[in-house]
Amino acid sequence: MQAAIEAKLTSALAPTHLEVTCSDGNKWAVTVISEAFQGKPLLARHRLVNTALAEELEDIHALSLKTKTPAEWEKS
Amino acid sequence: MMIKAAAALSLLSLASAFIVPAHLPAVAPAVAQPRSVLQSTSDGQNLRPDVAEQLELYAAEAQKRIDSMVKENKVMLFMKGNKMFPQCGFSNTAVQVLRASDVKFETFDVLSDPDIRQGIKEYSQWPTIPQLYVGGEFVGGSDILIELFQNGELKTTLESGGAEFVA
Repeated sequence: MQAAIEAKLTSALAPTHLEVTCSDGNKWAVTVISEAFQGKPLLARHRLVNTALAEELEDIHALSLKTKTPAEWEKS
Repeated sequence: MMIKAAAALSLLSLASAFIVPAHLPAVAPAVAQPRSVLQSTSDGQNLRPDVAEQLELYAAEAQKRIDSMVKENKVMLFMKGNKMFPQCGFSNTAVQVLRASDVKFETFDVLSDPDIRQGIKEYSQWPTIPQLYVGGEFVGGSDILIELFQNGELKTTLESGGAEFVA
């Protein structure tokens, strides 16, 4: 599952940084840093990730998301 | 002996009503299908057409109920459990964020209604619960609520959506 999530996000959003972790069996936390998020509100960013992972989300119990642009990531 | 055989036969024909023949073509044939022929629903279940129709009615009715809840309540949270007893960490987070925002809000427990639980995901095109709606608009799930709360945008969203605050 981890490999599938990473592959889907990499091809969909060309992230400069990507972290995919799983806890508690099936609770996933994903951090995506991508230029694709530039100028997009939070809801739109999360929708992009949800769309990329539509197939995986059917089997995932919980998904926690952090979506930032490289510039925002530098600052945090 | 005869009775047993007859019972077995009727059981067999009953059972066969729920099995799609393997030879059925993927593309519907041009001729009208008899009522007993099964059709595939969008989620891949094979249901008798009249049953599938009934399910679609329930789904459509759920969309209407969701729409009126979202429109009648300025701040509406769809969650697992209720304010007093959230049944999931993410739903609890959403409740805590709203409480910390001093806003009045309504909740609906999706665990109490499978049609709404499924329907809300279609309504917002959002795959997870909790889901917050303010002034009729979908705001987001728990991660978004936390981030909007921390950067101060949640207050603006609540105010512009016509939310009432706790005095």
